Amino acid sequence: MVWMLRLTLPLAGFWLVLSGHYTFLLLSLGALTLVIVTWIAWRTDTVDRAGVALHLSPRLPLYLLWLAKEVFLASVAVSRQVWSLRPALRPAVDLTPVGDMSELSQVIYANSITLTPGTLSLTVDDNGVEVHSLKASDIGELQAGEMHGRVRRLEVR
Amino acid sequence: MLYAAMVAVLVTMVLALARAFMGPGLYNRILAINMFGTKTVLFVAVLGFLVGEPEFLDIGLLYALVNFVAVIAVLRLTHYDELLVEGSGDESP
Amino acid sequence: MSASLVAELVSGVLLAAGGLFVISGGVGLLRFPDFYTRIHAVGITDSAGAGLILLGLLFHTTSWDTAVRLVLILLFMVLTGPTATHALAQAARRDGVHVWREGERRR
Repeated sequence: MVWMLRLTLPLAGFWLVLSGHYTFLLLSLGALTLVIVTWIAWRTDTVDRAGVALHLSPRLPLYLLWLAKEVFLASVAVSRQVWSLRPALRPAVDLTPVGDMSELSQVIYANSITLTPGTLSLTVDDNGVEVHSLKASDIGELQAGEMHGRVRRLEVR
Repeated sequence: MLYAAMVAVLVTMVLALARAFMGPGLYNRILAINMFGTKTVLFVAVLGFLVGEPEFLDIGLLYALVNFVAVIAVLRLTHYDELLVEGSGDESP
Repeated sequence: MSASLVAELVSGVLLAAGGLFVISGGVGLLRFPDFYTRIHAVGITDSAGAGLILLGLLFHTTSWDTAVRLVLILLFMVLTGPTATHALAQAARRDGVHVWREGERRR
């Protein structure tokens, strides 16, 4: 029952924010769609019981800011490769360890790696994230573990 | 500057289409089409501001979701058995 | 200088930078030698390009509704973009798509 609320309440909030029309007719139609969507989710059994991770730490905004900075710097670096006459591409594939991260942190870590241009997560498992990058030093930076540490610190409540 | 952003997005959409036609192989095409989709979202958003109807953003929001589902659906289609069981596909790119 | 003028200026700079990144990604998609390297090019347009353009539009508007929608689109793109890219790369990797190394012929 709890998972149902975890699904329905965010959906209701989402609907209310996007609708902008608060007449009786539209509100009841919205409520009807909520019921149908929840029913479908229940029937197909697609909702994983973990629910939405709204309990992430308050450090998340700070992490996103740091990530935005990294993404910007990496984008500038890759853009320069695009426009240079002879791009110096030395692609490399290597493993960067995840340590004993929780599943959620692994997802955040792998997605952050992919989001940063120049590095790309190929496979994720408990051994680590297999990373493809435009130059080997990018993987070295990941292995040095600054991003890993920042994701880890998100776990601490 | 809205016009400059518009032109940039349009040019990139054309480049993505070129890559989608040239390929080679399945993955380059899916990649190009995925990029075309995300650029469509930006296109719709900027267009909404250009014609003074920011309501277009609702369409962009929807398109962002549909595009994501589409990529996953295509991969599901070509790799159906792999997503269920660990194994190698015989799909040749 | 009035506040709205500053907002316009910031918006213009962000839009121009975003446009530049978007075009860079498009050119990279054509220029880079293989599938995996091209993913990096697409990555520029999806993260920096889309982010800067949407931020630029955010500074361009004064209405609350519009701002909320822009932030939501940005959030969706940041969440779904890497996920789709990762799914694609993983599928290609399992299919044995060759990783291009320096000095090889482009494919």
